[in-house]
Amino acid sequence: MVEFSLPPGSKVRPGRTYKAAADAARIKRFNVYRYDPDTGDNPRLDTFEIDLDACGPMVLDALLKIKDEVDTTLAFRRSCREGVCGSCAFNIDGTNTLACIKPIDEVPGDVKIYPLPHMAVVKDLVVDLSLAYAQYAAIKPWLQADSAAADGERCQSPEERAKLDGSWECVLCFCCQTSCPSYWWNEEKYLGPAILLQAYRWIADSRDEHTAERLDFLDDPFRLYRCHTIMNCTSTCPKDLNPGKAIAEIKKLQAQRR
Amino acid sequence: MRSPLGRVRGVGSTGEATAHFWAQRMTSLALIPLSLWFVFAALTLVGADHATFKAWLGHHGNVLLMVLFVAVLFHHAQLGLQMVIEDYVHAEGAKLASLIAVKFAAVLCGASCALAALNLAYGG
Repeated sequence: MVEFSLPPGSKVRPGRTYKAAADAARIKRFNVYRYDPDTGDNPRLDTFEIDLDACGPMVLDALLKIKDEVDTTLAFRRSCREGVCGSCAFNIDGTNTLACIKPIDEVPGDVKIYPLPHMAVVKDLVVDLSLAYAQYAAIKPWLQADSAAADGERCQSPEERAKLDGSWECVLCFCCQTSCPSYWWNEEKYLGPAILLQAYRWIADSRDEHTAERLDFLDDPFRLYRCHTIMNCTSTCPKDLNPGKAIAEIKKLQAQRR
Repeated sequence: MRSPLGRVRGVGSTGEATAHFWAQRMTSLALIPLSLWFVFAALTLVGADHATFKAWLGHHGNVLLMVLFVAVLFHHAQLGLQMVIEDYVHAEGAKLASLIAVKFAAVLCGASCALAALNLAYGG
């Protein structure tokens, strides 16, 4: 059955507070989830006071400032700092989003930063994405075509190409995946919104010749139909994509081919 | 110790999930007019005595809709409860037992309601 209480060792306890310099004028408090597997201690919530006059505008800027100037042991993923790599996905102010494109000014009060929900935490804000990556690999996210390409190219009409808009932009940050209650309860069997959006990206691709196999793979009560149209995925996507609609399109195709 | 990809692929797709999804939608669709009819009928029969109700149910149209309503209702209910059980019950034994109990209960309740309606409509 579903567990409604946290297992021992999971309860988040109050942590340390790092005060801003005495002359700081515009202080914002960042409450950051910390967990170190090497100590065996419970997770804690550290508070960092940051002077916004000496910090960039995004939440990632504040995290980098903390790591550079306050506590170098803070662990988190980041790379592109412009919303295209999908690395710095955290739960910020109660919503999964990318720290690099989340302005600090948009957060009223303290900025609460937690790891992506439901995932096993490796350290601090770094979560284990092995299962999600395996789920991505399972849908075969590459073009599968048995025919030889005519003239060395596989052509698409502008209309056919347009069908891929809204799915190719996904940066696989897994904000949607980890916001989905269905994924929380059945992460081993349900593929989740991020993976199903990518599954649809290849189903909708006019150049792909394995549509039937792709739909067969998804015709399962758990892989596809655990989606109960909760729509957390769509409301949380930092790239404004609509995984919920992509899943509905897959269900429509499944129904049409019956 | 199994690899994540091995766990994800598992034993494959059942290949029959769309039929379940379709049945859920069809029964939902059917329940819109049937429920409206049932509520309307119940409201018009408020305060009616047994004889009046028996005469009302004795009309072929009414008994037909009543039997259809309970059949579709319990079919839809067990389809939905199956989803709820699959969502939340993860111990295989408890899951199987709950699924069987829900299916049997739905058939029992649906058949009892239908039999009661037919008995009242056509019985002595």
